[in-house]
Amino acid sequence: MRSATPWSDVVRFLVEATGETLYMVGVSTVIATVLGVPVGVWLQLTAKGGLRPNAAVHRILSFVTDLGRSMPFIVLLVALTSVTRLLVGGSIGSTAVIVPLAVGAIPFVGRLVQNILSEVHVTVVEAAITTGASTLRIVRSVLIRESLPALINAIGVTVIALIGYSAMAGVIGGGGLGDLAIREGYQRFNDRILWSTVAWLAVLTTVIQFGFTRVAAAADRRRHASV
Amino acid sequence: MITVENLTKSFQGVSALNGVTLDVEAGTVLGVVGPSGAGKSTLARCVALLERPDSGAIRVDGTDITSLDGSALRAARRQIGVVPQGDSLLRQRTAAGNIALPLESAGIPGPQRRTRVGELLDLVGLTDKAASYPDQLSGGQRQRIAVARALAANPSVLLADEPTSALDPETTGSVLTVLDRARAELGVTVLIVTHDMGVVRKICDDVAVLEQGRVVEHGKVLDLVNDVASRTSSALLPAVDLNPINESSYDRVADVVLVGFAAVGALLPEAAHRFGVELNIVGGGLTRLGETPVARFRLGLNGERSDSALEWIGEAGGSVQRSLKGPQGVAA
Ligand SMILES: Nc1ncnc2c1ncn2[C@@H]1O[C@H](COP(=O)(O)OP(=O)(O)O)[C@@H](O)[C@H]1O
Ligand SMILES: [Mg+2]
Repeated sequence: MRSATPWSDVVRFLVEATGETLYMVGVSTVIATVLGVPVGVWLQLTAKGGLRPNAAVHRILSFVTDLGRSMPFIVLLVALTSVTRLLVGGSIGSTAVIVPLAVGAIPFVGRLVQNILSEVHVTVVEAAITTGASTLRIVRSVLIRESLPALINAIGVTVIALIGYSAMAGVIGGGGLGDLAIREGYQRFNDRILWSTVAWLAVLTTVIQFGFTRVAAAADRRRHASV
Repeated sequence: MITVENLTKSFQGVSALNGVTLDVEAGTVLGVVGPSGAGKSTLARCVALLERPDSGAIRVDGTDITSLDGSALRAARRQIGVVPQGDSLLRQRTAAGNIALPLESAGIPGPQRRTRVGELLDLVGLTDKAASYPDQLSGGQRQRIAVARALAANPSVLLADEPTSALDPETTGSVLTVLDRARAELGVTVLIVTHDMGVVRKICDDVAVLEQGRVVEHGKVLDLVNDVASRTSSALLPAVDLNPINESSYDRVADVVLVGFAAVGALLPEAAHRFGVELNIVGGGLTRLGETPVARFRLGLNGERSDSALEWIGEAGGSVQRSLKGPQGVAA
């Protein structure tokens, strides 16, 4: 029996791994949002009853999106190795994990966004159309602005999902909290590290979720204006 | 001024509009009525440029708008204010923000926008609700904001699809008042789709009755009420035969429709006086179409010159609908 890892080392491990996780997840969330929101908008525009219905484009886009979503992340992680090397100059480490994370999250965000945008009532959209607004303006001022609280929550959901995916980052040396729990905790029978990481992950995801809920509520103009 | 010519539209082979022709004179209010499924909304949506007709023309101030595209289409939409059926306000924007939307679409700069929004809030009587969100407004207030939004870009035409269908009678009144003000103060041409004849009674100059995608009746409300066979008259005029009368006590029994203050107030006493007949109102009643008092009375007459009296009433502007007793076709 070796003695338990000192708490000070546990904390050091946690801080380092948290930094890696937040880096991987943060950057890939930004990329997935920047690219996934347009995908969702495009899906909704081309959908039946959308502003620019186009069955062919919609079907192709849907197919690709669903294919991307159904791909297990671990497969994406290894399958994209060469793409990753091309984009970030290496295929190992936290930065390298960002590529498959972002790629996996784009279709995820796309579908979430489309579902949310489709909830904006058709009368509201048509009212905007009758004002002579351009499609771009309707997307911005009506579809996106009306669903902003739900969209912000969707990004929160994406962050949580990406924290989950990033647990597999260890496969290509990305580090992070999942890797810490698996490699240092589970595989080395270090219960203190394993359970500390689990507890810390629970706290972290709860705080992130709470943060997004708060921001979404703040963006919801319906609630906090006085009569 | 709106002109609709021979408009047809079908959905998956099912015909919704079947050769609709009608017009709305500049500065007047047309009520389009008819049973559910008659094609009223389809007509309104075609004029609103939300639906493209299969054939026919829609002219707004002389220009055919049915085949426009791109920026010409958007410009035409700005000429046509629309109050859509149902809740249509942006819930994430204040009342003022909602009214500003068409002005943003038209590229009007901020300061002018604010001035215009202020005028419109004033027009619909909701200046104090400028900063309220739709969820904080009543149904009638939301609908008035929707009217203000429709009017924001100074359209020449205003369309409203069932603007009062979800409202109680009192609130309905406030929305109709706003629509009437739009016509009176801004001179817009208004087309209102409604299944409520009360709307026609209160603010419509003209009415078009739609059935199965066809116009089965179209004209001025005050003309149509004179025609006993019209749907409009039976829907708008007071019923005459609520109280069964003893017809045997009169030489003549006839129904008359009288339109306007002068006719309603003076025609009958004058007739009785001129022809020396006894003239009693035995049924019917008085109503108001817009500002105009309109009466449909069942008259009982006694006296030798009863027929002449009825004839004179017809010539003097009343319409004697039918002679229930006595020689047929007495007048009008
Ligand atoms: N988008 C649509 N798709 C299919 N059928 C439609 C559509 N819009 C209207 N219709 C049909 O057209 C007819 C007229 O409908 P509508 O114009 O809504 O009538 P109203 O407003 O008088 O109740 C109805 O039979 C309706 O089912
Ligand atoms: Mg309808």
